[in-house]
Amino acid sequence: MTVNVKPIQTGQPLFYVVDEHDHAEGGSTMLGFWIYLMSDCLIFAILFATYGVLGGNYAAGPAPKDLFDLPLVAVNTSMLLMSSITYGFAMLSMQRSRIAATQFWLAVTGLFGLAFVGIELSEFRHMIHEGATPQRSAFLSSFFTLVGTHGMHVSFGLVWLVTLMTQVWRFGLIEANKRRLMCLSMFWHFLDVVWIGVFTFVYLLGMLR
Amino acid sequence: MSAEIHSGHAAHDHDGMAHGEITLAGYLTGFGLSIVLTAIPFWLVMSGALGDKQVTALVVMAFAAVQIVVHMIYFLHLNTTSEGGWTMMALIFTIVMVVIAMTGSLWVMHHLNINMMPAHQMGAMQ
Repeated sequence: MTVNVKPIQTGQPLFYVVDEHDHAEGGSTMLGFWIYLMSDCLIFAILFATYGVLGGNYAAGPAPKDLFDLPLVAVNTSMLLMSSITYGFAMLSMQRSRIAATQFWLAVTGLFGLAFVGIELSEFRHMIHEGATPQRSAFLSSFFTLVGTHGMHVSFGLVWLVTLMTQVWRFGLIEANKRRLMCLSMFWHFLDVVWIGVFTFVYLLGMLR
Repeated sequence: MSAEIHSGHAAHDHDGMAHGEITLAGYLTGFGLSIVLTAIPFWLVMSGALGDKQVTALVVMAFAAVQIVVHMIYFLHLNTTSEGGWTMMALIFTIVMVVIAMTGSLWVMHHLNINMMPAHQMGAMQ
């Protein structure tokens, strides 16, 4: 630790921190990552607000009723929900330091996540095939931006998941890897929270319009 | 102000997120609640059981709000004590920002839409 070079004379004010106190490695990671998630939340808030403003401007094009397939969205929602609980199982296995079980549940989580992204992409493909492209109307521009940004997050989460599985495979459940898995856990559950907003405001309320 | 200012560091404690408390029961409770809170709104919209669209929309939004809280508690393990309460402070700040951004945008743009009448209607009024 830093040693105070200048001896402090009594009564003289000191306006800087002389002795930096000790931080354990990664001690502030969890709070820092939570702050990141909150900033991410603001991005989604802006995209939701944009969709809320523009979601009714169809420009004589297709409306949510013509495009959305609720049973498919329900399947997609359950995929994400299943991946959330399997990630929870991975965290419980991690807590008990069982590497094989952790890896297994992470892999299952990854497969559910992959199914989610796959279903979403096929939905997009179907919509674009019908002429409902992002350029068609303000409703579709804001729809693809909002849902696409969420899908991108899940896709990057999958890349992160595979990276961490490789890390655990090579180095085991060391402290650093546990910390990383906890961060991804927060990221993954956070995306599930955002999806609640998406299926409610975009799909369910869209069908009611 | 003197060198005594640093004495508070001794009590400076870094407790991580309360991840030590995660339990199978907690996850399963959250999962069960989520399934119910997801299935009911989908069923309401798909079957149109409530009849009135306005009422259905409000009920569906209420279910979403409850489900978000359930996920926050059981999956994100949010509580008021982890990190000395700073996670909760950050969340409250974010919620305030989100509410201002969402209601502000919708409110302003709604009034803009009402007041900016299409040109042909303006012509009819003159």
